[in-house]
Amino acid sequence: MAIDIGGTFTDTVLMDAQGCVRASSKVSTTPHDPVAGAIEGAEAALSQSGAIWSDISAFIHGTTLATNALIEKRGAVVATVTTAGFRDILEIAYERRYSQYAIDIEKPDLLVARHRAFTIGGRINAAGHELAPLDDVAVPTLADQIAASGAETIAVCLLHAYANPDHEQKLAQMLGELLPDIPVSLSHEVSPEAREFDRLCTTVANASVRPLMVGYLADFQKEFYRCGLKCPVLMMTAGGGMTTLETAARLPVRLVESGPAGGAILAARIAAGADERAVLSFDMGGTTAKLCLIDDFRPQMARRFEIARAARFIRGSGMPVRIPVIEMIEIGAGGGSVAAVDGIGRVTVGPESAGADPGPAGFARGGELPTVTDADIVQGYIDPGSFAEGRLTVDAKLSATALEVHIGGPLSAAAETAATAVSEIVDEAMAGAGRMHAVESGKDLASRLMIAFGGNGPLHATRVARRAGVRRILIPRDPGVGSAAGFLFAPVSFEIIRSRYTRLDDLQPEMINALFNEMAEEAVAVVRAGAPEGTLNQRRVAYMRYRGQGHEIEVDLGNDALHAADAERLGKAFGDEYSRQFGRTVPGMVTEVLNWGLTVSVETSAAPQASAHVAGRECVATGHRRIWCNVSGRFRDAEVHQRADLVPGSRIAGPALITEAQTTTFVSADFVAETDNVGNIWMTLKEEHAT
Amino acid sequence: MKPSDTTLQVMWNRLLAIVEEQGQALVRAAFSPIVRECGDISAGVFDAGGRMLAQAVTGTPGHINTMAAAVRTLQKHFGNSNMKPGDIYLTNDPWIASGHLNDFLLMMPVFRNNVVVGFTSCTSHLVDLGGLGMGPEGSDIYDEGLLIPPCRLVSQGRVNELLMDIVRANSREPVANEGDIYALIACCEAGAARLSGMMAEFDLETLDALSEYIIGTSRSATMNAIRALPHGTWQSALICDGYASDIRLCAGLTISDDGILVDFAGTDGCTDKGINVPLNYATAYTVFALRCLIGPEIPNNAGSLEPFRVVAPPGCILNAQPPSPVAMRHTLGQMTPDLVYGCLSQALPDAVPAEGASCMYDLPLRHTTDAASDPGRHFALELVFNGGTGARPALDGLSATAFPSGVWGSQIETTEAAAPVLFHKRELREDSGGAGTCRGGLGQRIEISPAGEDAFLVFLSVERMRNAASGRRGGQAGASGRIRRIRPDAPDEDLPGKGTFRIGSGETLIFETPGGGGYGPAAERPRKAVLDDVTAGFISPDAARTIYGADI
Repeated sequence: MAIDIGGTFTDTVLMDAQGCVRASSKVSTTPHDPVAGAIEGAEAALSQSGAIWSDISAFIHGTTLATNALIEKRGAVVATVTTAGFRDILEIAYERRYSQYAIDIEKPDLLVARHRAFTIGGRINAAGHELAPLDDVAVPTLADQIAASGAETIAVCLLHAYANPDHEQKLAQMLGELLPDIPVSLSHEVSPEAREFDRLCTTVANASVRPLMVGYLADFQKEFYRCGLKCPVLMMTAGGGMTTLETAARLPVRLVESGPAGGAILAARIAAGADERAVLSFDMGGTTAKLCLIDDFRPQMARRFEIARAARFIRGSGMPVRIPVIEMIEIGAGGGSVAAVDGIGRVTVGPESAGADPGPAGFARGGELPTVTDADIVQGYIDPGSFAEGRLTVDAKLSATALEVHIGGPLSAAAETAATAVSEIVDEAMAGAGRMHAVESGKDLASRLMIAFGGNGPLHATRVARRAGVRRILIPRDPGVGSAAGFLFAPVSFEIIRSRYTRLDDLQPEMINALFNEMAEEAVAVVRAGAPEGTLNQRRVAYMRYRGQGHEIEVDLGNDALHAADAERLGKAFGDEYSRQFGRTVPGMVTEVLNWGLTVSVETSAAPQASAHVAGRECVATGHRRIWCNVSGRFRDAEVHQRADLVPGSRIAGPALITEAQTTTFVSADFVAETDNVGNIWMTLKEEHAT
Repeated sequence: MKPSDTTLQVMWNRLLAIVEEQGQALVRAAFSPIVRECGDISAGVFDAGGRMLAQAVTGTPGHINTMAAAVRTLQKHFGNSNMKPGDIYLTNDPWIASGHLNDFLLMMPVFRNNVVVGFTSCTSHLVDLGGLGMGPEGSDIYDEGLLIPPCRLVSQGRVNELLMDIVRANSREPVANEGDIYALIACCEAGAARLSGMMAEFDLETLDALSEYIIGTSRSATMNAIRALPHGTWQSALICDGYASDIRLCAGLTISDDGILVDFAGTDGCTDKGINVPLNYATAYTVFALRCLIGPEIPNNAGSLEPFRVVAPPGCILNAQPPSPVAMRHTLGQMTPDLVYGCLSQALPDAVPAEGASCMYDLPLRHTTDAASDPGRHFALELVFNGGTGARPALDGLSATAFPSGVWGSQIETTEAAAPVLFHKRELREDSGGAGTCRGGLGQRIEISPAGEDAFLVFLSVERMRNAASGRRGGQAGASGRIRRIRPDAPDEDLPGKGTFRIGSGETLIFETPGGGGYGPAAERPRKAVLDDVTAGFISPDAARTIYGADI
């Protein structure tokens, strides 16, 4: 069983040993007691399938609780302890305004009031040598000041602790004795990498949510065991792996953004089943769209993530955390995103969202502003009668009015024209974000297979694909609960990064091998706690650059111990990757390694093999709808099909709509849809555009 | 077929995305520390007539407008009909590119059916071009290093090796320079490929319709914003530290139905040190500052820039003529926003912030000649620090934050790992923010020493050591900057804001950045805000009592 507690809905998926979804449920999240909603959802799924609690042999949980606590500043009161002379690491940050022309911005709120920013004497240098001992005489006074400040949790970040953690460890031990009730998060454990601002932010985020998460996780496990669950509860992490409750309670910052990670894991598994090595996953929900690049069945990973960006999703406007995370670009474009016309007559969409309440104007719950969903309703893509299994009323007239008033009016256009403009702008925004993301990663978008899911992904997939130059799309089964389903395919895993500066022409294999052995020992212990059985895989990487550059490239090292002769192989691997990203290598440069990374994970079962080539058969429409055809530029009739009716080999030429419980797939006129042997829908661009 | 307005808007968004992609690629591939850590670059897309259609929003307003003008100059110089696919053009002429020799500007024509349909361009700061190096000590442009007039760097895909050899031979950092030029080439090529791809996707033969739409929409939106302002002419002056003696900058700002005119008439003449400013660079910061308050949401392009005109008598320090030395043109160039805000605040009394530290407090450090013979002891750092920004009409200023520049500050750990320096302190300066109803941003105090036996050299070119940031509407001035050398067996010594100094082993450089000015009378600051500032340590209890009149 997998449970994904999101901000609005709690999704539960029950899967059998063969990887088939046996039951799923979507219930409202219960913010004041999230466990109650989770149990409701779990019981709904159990009763659908006729299973009982003790049948469950594996249980995975993901939650936005930690993320939301950070966004809403509901974490515990944090005090920081940094090296004497460096009290203002958070206040000074990178000395930068995140928006160039906005002179009225405020810097991001990094959770620690300056009167709770304390320092302690002692100094380690960049090589890890002690220049001055920890001022242990001052620690009792420091503890008194921390207690008096009202702090409930402590974040310690001493300069160069990633190179030598002695002072942090000693300080933690003393504080632990003096303030036994206040948890201490240490920077070298939370994020052992150079750059004091990023490391301190990560430690602060961890410290802030730790008391909350420790309590929540204990409560969650207790309540589910009381219901009759027998197996251990594992937690989904941002990096796309699972970890134990103990590790989650120690490093709760690794739990942020675990929901979207589930979607990427699902897409990666489908990619493996279909043997597609270059994939773009496209997850479009109610408030945001998330895109992720998946190469060789592995979602792209990153080590930096920003929490709680200011309204406009602007880079630099949030709180950076350095943790292993599945790299996704997230933009404020979902079904509920609000459309408007700006001061110079341009149509804009999002990032403001009408959310679930009041929701799009067409939902008739008091919303008056036009949203992306309203534009889809006016263009005929959403059937008012069957939307959300008929649980929601949809009034197309309200959608049209909202578009006419707020978009059509300023532009002197009819509702239909306004609707197509809103679609074009939001689809371009998503395609543009995808292209930008691909460029930043040195990758190409056009050759990829798009795997689309989420409540609005299948509806917008063809439109976004066309703008991104993507020619093939796959819609998996149960696309509406993709994230939770993905949890069940995640491996138990743990990633560790260590900073150890090395020039490739001075590679010391013994030292690096010893470092890796130390990292492996730690990671294996964490993984084995969650998965006592199963084959373990290791992945070792180096973060390399030319000496003199500031941005590193990840290079795969293979699993064997390094030898002196490997320097040449690493140099070549770096050169290959560099020229792939930047077009050419730079001659005569020294190459250096800043960080070394290791991931230990348990091997997961293989995905069922999908084959797109099943003998085609036309299938009979259950109805017709009048829709806007964005290929021919006019309204025309489209076939309506029920997804439940499709069988392997079903073939539907666009324009057509394929409806199911939680979403609709829009096959535009330039695409043809076919169903494969495992129930995926493949949409392929027609060679000859239909008009 | 004439594209619909929505399609034009989609293509405009696409161009904006293309230039951001170009900019990101350039920063990631850069070698120059000030580029990769501070984002000192720009990237843009232009139509066949050299009119700028989109520009990346990067760390440097200093390239706004300079690039727009430079591409037009290069395009006229070479002529579209003489260009071939795969050509790339280059110059670092300060009066064409971006105000000093370090900024290299590349321009690449984009072809469709063998006709030039547009250009991509980018600018980046190279580490070293020979001469006396990056400092104010040159007495003319020839002292400052290698000047490359407009030339063809890449001819139909082939790099001009002689030119690369010349650049290498004339630099202390040949490898980094070469790497950065390759990064610029890659940036132009990537942008050109994207632009071609977009034109193919939308089946465009030319950019004409799109160009008219972007420039027309932006021009009329900017003109609407200007027409909403009070019309008239306002004068202001700003006294700067200069190299050895004060320099007076003057501006007249005229707002009319024709647009905005800034005239620097009355400004002092050039000095014999490299802090003179070519007009293209002074214009960049002046227009940037105005656009922050007038139509900031309108993207930067030929249309939104057209209504702003900046003029200055030739030979004044904001319109330096060749062969004046200009290496540190940013020192005074970054003061022009405060100068022009002095005028604008008379037109819009409730909208304009107080003066800030403004000029960035960069701290270039090098090994000394003692270590010259041993390459293992060489190092060069381009550290950037900032003071406080001016208080805003309804908000306090930002502490230790870049404005008007948008550069990133440095991190202690990566700096200490890269060079033999040791920091003792980096903290905000209590009471350095100008008092006011809204308080100015605080400056910071940095203490730094050689980590080992080797001394280092520091190259200073900063402002607001003698002339602090003024407050506005009754707000008080921020603290001045202060730079000191602490020696174990000699008295502490104050250093001037400009010049080269040696910090020996065992000695400490104390580098204090200025605070921003306050806005409105201090006595009207809400009592809670004053008490919060005391609790946080932004102001002392003494200042709370004596300056703010708080009873604590």
